[in-house]
Amino acid sequence: MVKHYGTTKALDGVDLDVKEGTVLGVLGPNGAGKTTLVRCLSTLVEPDSGSARVAGFDVRRQPRQLRRAIGLTGQYASVDEKLSGWENLYMIGRLLDLPRRAARKRADDMLERFSLTEAAKRPAAQYSGGMRRRLDLAASMIGNPQVLYLDEPTTGLDPRTRNEVWEEVRRMVGDGATVLLTTQYMEEAEQLANELTVIDRGQVIAGGQVADLKAKVGGRTLQIRPADPEQLHRMVGAVAQAGLEGVAGARADEAEGLVSVPIVSDEQLTALVGLLSQRGFTISSIDTHLPSLDEVFLAITGRKTSDAEQDQDETKLEEVAA
Amino acid sequence: MSAATMTAPDKAPDQQRGQVAGTSDDVRIGLRGNLRHIGALARRNVMQIKQDPGSMIDAMLMPIIFTLLFVYVFGGAVGGSLGGNRDVYTNYVIPGLLAMGGLNIAMSVGTGINDDFSKGVMDRFRTMPIARSSVLVAKLIVEGGRMLVSSTILLLVAFIIGFDLKTGPLELLAAAGLALAFGTSLTWIFMLLGLSMKTPQAVQGIGFLILMPLQFGSSVFAPTGTMPGWLQAFTDYNPLSNLADAVRALLNGEGAVADPVLATLAWSVGITVVIAPLAVRKFRTKV
Ligand SMILES: Nc1ncnc2c1ncn2[C@@H]1O[C@H](COP(=O)(O)OP(=O)(O)OP(=O)(O)O)[C@@H](O)[C@H]1O
Ligand SMILES: [Mg+2]
Repeated sequence: MVKHYGTTKALDGVDLDVKEGTVLGVLGPNGAGKTTLVRCLSTLVEPDSGSARVAGFDVRRQPRQLRRAIGLTGQYASVDEKLSGWENLYMIGRLLDLPRRAARKRADDMLERFSLTEAAKRPAAQYSGGMRRRLDLAASMIGNPQVLYLDEPTTGLDPRTRNEVWEEVRRMVGDGATVLLTTQYMEEAEQLANELTVIDRGQVIAGGQVADLKAKVGGRTLQIRPADPEQLHRMVGAVAQAGLEGVAGARADEAEGLVSVPIVSDEQLTALVGLLSQRGFTISSIDTHLPSLDEVFLAITGRKTSDAEQDQDETKLEEVAA
Repeated sequence: MSAATMTAPDKAPDQQRGQVAGTSDDVRIGLRGNLRHIGALARRNVMQIKQDPGSMIDAMLMPIIFTLLFVYVFGGAVGGSLGGNRDVYTNYVIPGLLAMGGLNIAMSVGTGINDDFSKGVMDRFRTMPIARSSVLVAKLIVEGGRMLVSSTILLLVAFIIGFDLKTGPLELLAAAGLALAFGTSLTWIFMLLGLSMKTPQAVQGIGFLILMPLQFGSSVFAPTGTMPGWLQAFTDYNPLSNLADAVRALLNGEGAVADPVLATLAWSVGITVVIAPLAVRKFRTKV
């Protein structure tokens, strides 16, 4: 799939394959072409060349059939700000040919599922960013679409809301939907996606099972800070000889005063923590760490994200906060 | 070749075509579906007005202000030169204002639709299985309602200040209907403009450029007899003159009726047939 805007190569030959009933995560930094990809696949933008079949329909030649099968939550909320949350959902139900009663009930249910019941009657213009996002997600799920596109669905959401959204996505997948999810967060990809495609500057730079990719970039690590920095090396030694999976990868980070160990399984993690307390170590902090998008990029391409310097705004802050 | 596939196994090219043909029946939305969609979208437009009643003010105040302004400011002078008094002018200008009312509302549609498009909700409509014309048709219907409200207010004010209907209620209805038909066709033009321009301000600017000569270079406010020849050539072909003359003939019972009525209908149908598909097309391809 190719789409150029003037000299900008928003999509420069992207190939994807998603199996029915699974989630494909598309990971990429700002300007990678994620939104352009989603807009091409949802018939909003005509690609310059290439083809795509979604739910059996050709994106360019059968757009009308395709629209019956898809739901879209764009990066920017696509709800009518002047209408209340309920009116928005009712309208979409009617546009999807639900009878009046069913559309009413569906609007109520969806508001309930996305914790918006209290705000049902208020115009969407008065919603907070997170509420608008949830309304948007609810709107795209009303028709139980076969294929759901989610363009950075949780960017800007608080952790609790983000978990709610993840739950709803899992539920859709459980009901048989296929999801294409774009994100800037490794964690989100790991939580939801079966397969992952990493794109940058309109090109696929890596792809595969989430597990494979994780093996390549390193997955979750456990970071332990001994209360006494002197004990750093003793602790690494103890961990390395624990006879557990993955402990050979234990490292001491002197600058940070941390011991980091790759996490292989919940059992291994639990055993490690048990072992440390058994050996009488005093721990001042313990944390699990996922590689950030930057680290993923570094591992795959050996360079920083193409415009990591330009987007120090929100994204960066959130990564730090995460 | 680059490709993206979701859920579907590859098919041979001729099989694909077979599938298009096979499913084309399901693709058609059907009249009932279309009406339902238009209903839901029209409801949206009405709710927007409810949410923001201020948006009705132009439709309600414009006819009052225009009527008072023209009748009391120009009424005496123009009425005199028409060989009568202010009352003569009242009966001259009210049909003109009725004809013109649709123009102002049509223009507000252009700016409104442009604004609507800067919001994301259109992206949602454009990814849904609805006929793309339905979004525009729904808007058109609600705006038609606004034109009717506006015309009703205009006529109420007119009767209060002494407008004398010389024919009957049927002619009055016919006149209002004709004005509505023409106003609706103009709405398509402004929808196309609204979809083509980048900002509501640009739409408004172009709108005025079109409206001003149409309104004043016509028989809406004054008879064209004293205008210079070149201007008369314009006013004669100005559809707004046709409409104003038609409404005048219908309400005052004098002058030819059939010619201006037919000319107005021809303009309305012509504009709609040419512009509506362009507007729908623009809506479809708008990025
Ligand atoms: N309508 C447009 N006109 C011109 N250029 C565009 C347009 N849309 C996108 N682009 C360009 O295409 C490139 C890819 O943009 P896109 O929005 O797809 O990125 P993204 O991966 O979604 O980024 P983000 O994470 O910031 O949302 C960017 O360089 C952008 O400037
Ligand atoms: Mg984007």
